[in-house]
Amino acid sequence: MMEQIWSMLSDPNMQWIFLGCTLLGLSSGVIGCFSYLRKQSLMGDTLAHAALPGICIAFMLTGIKSIGLFLIGAGIAGVVATFGIGYITRNSKLKQDAAMGIVLSGFFGLGIVLLTLIQHGDYGNQAGLDKFLFGQAASMIASDVITMTVVCVSLITICTLLFKQFKIISFDPGFARGLGYPVAFLEQLLMLLIVVAVVAGIQAVGVVLVAALLITPAVSARYWTDRLGLMVVLSGIFGAVSGAIGTWISASVSNLPTGPVTVLAATLLFCISILFGPQRGLVAKRLLRQRVKQRFHQDNERLLEGNVKKEAAL
Amino acid sequence: MSQSPNAIRTATKAIAPLSIKGLSVAYQKKPVLRNVSFEVNEGELIGVIGPNGAGKSTLMKAALGLIPSIGGEVLVYGKPYKQQRKMIGYVPQRESVDWDFPTNALDVVLMGRYGHLGWFRRPSAKDKALALECLSKVGMADYAERQISQLSGGQQQRVFLARALAQDAKLYFMDEPFAGVDAATEKAIITLLQELKLQGKTVIVVHHDLATVQDYFDSVLLLNVELQAFGPTEQTFTQEQLQRTYGGRLAFLDRSLQSPSRHDGVGE
Repeated sequence: MMEQIWSMLSDPNMQWIFLGCTLLGLSSGVIGCFSYLRKQSLMGDTLAHAALPGICIAFMLTGIKSIGLFLIGAGIAGVVATFGIGYITRNSKLKQDAAMGIVLSGFFGLGIVLLTLIQHGDYGNQAGLDKFLFGQAASMIASDVITMTVVCVSLITICTLLFKQFKIISFDPGFARGLGYPVAFLEQLLMLLIVVAVVAGIQAVGVVLVAALLITPAVSARYWTDRLGLMVVLSGIFGAVSGAIGTWISASVSNLPTGPVTVLAATLLFCISILFGPQRGLVAKRLLRQRVKQRFHQDNERLLEGNVKKEAAL
Repeated sequence: MSQSPNAIRTATKAIAPLSIKGLSVAYQKKPVLRNVSFEVNEGELIGVIGPNGAGKSTLMKAALGLIPSIGGEVLVYGKPYKQQRKMIGYVPQRESVDWDFPTNALDVVLMGRYGHLGWFRRPSAKDKALALECLSKVGMADYAERQISQLSGGQQQRVFLARALAQDAKLYFMDEPFAGVDAATEKAIITLLQELKLQGKTVIVVHHDLATVQDYFDSVLLLNVELQAFGPTEQTFTQEQLQRTYGGRLAFLDRSLQSPSRHDGVGE
């Protein structure tokens, strides 16, 4: 086992992939905080599923399996999906969750149909397209990893620079608008960053599960702190650890797909958080309740004893 | 131009903190605010009164440009509000945000400074000192580091007020600051309003409790989709005007005026 780890870490190609996936987890964790706090946890999931038909169409139009092209296709599909959700929410009585459910499943259905068409059609070199469903970090080549790294570093930079803005539009968009902040623009920008994070992660983690990297680390981080700054940092760390563990296990154990392993790692971190978080964790809450109960009974007994003594004295 | 006393008064008067002309707002097809025009005097506390759905919050949000209007003009100290944002402070309804947000009271108050900061600048030590001062003005200095979900409703309201104070504005809009607060908070708010008034600031407050209107406000604005009346409290806050604004839906108005036939019949 240890030999496998060493051999993996000494392979320069693998080192790059390892770095890329760690950064991916980090940036997804950071952006995920804002989408979670804005109650848009499902947005990332919708965008990821919407990316599949975009990728398929990009491949069908060009016949080339190029990551750059796929990213463009996925990006366009993501934008169309976002507008679709916005349009449905604005022009019908449907709430956003219903609109997202419809758009998500519609786009994903279309994606699967197109994927099947491609696999049964004359598209020559279609092998590996199915890897986009569950992700295969090991299949990435140097240029993919470099693209991913650049994207992730930019995402983190933007979030750091606009932290104040993202914080206030997440907490109180009405007040932010009153201050004169371009709230609509900032909301669109945040959405765009989510699309970019999702698309960047698709090859490594796959469309089905990439959204978990946005949601799970953010929710886990919330259990450890009441400060947004720390929450963003923790969420980034949780995401990075998940990405690293996912890549490592998937590469060293009989070519498991990366996505599910990464998500399992993130979920494990979530379970630890929900149990052992210092204030909100289930264990902490239990202990607190017991302590309160004990103190109440102690005080009560003392009170009763006092009353008895008083009565005896009378 | 005739030299009526009114014209002379207008000519010598300072520019109004808020001047609204013909403001109209519609959600879907139904107008919720029709042709509202008024001008407020500097240094006054103004109560906005009206029944539910009369457009009180809408008036406030439209004046602040938070929701689109279908017509009308809003001038703050003689200029469009977009150029005067730093002069305007805003206290939204408490229920408009999620109080489980990971932040503490001081941090929320600091948000009031964001309008004075550059795009990428972080709040400085000076901003923090000022925010803390605003918190202590509403009696919340001891709660600065407290996570906001652990505050009571009244305390949360006071944090919102402190944030508006930190904006250091000249014209304040407050959307139902007295709604569902404890007596201590109500007292803290009214003391604060008086203090703002002494500093020559103008405060417009959406208010629900008719019993306290005469004690709290210099002027009242009665609203029910259209402007019903606006002026000094003692002349405007009358039984007759209230009757008109509320359309006989007031509990303390003379019930005998309502004929039983006005109620929907039960059964045929």
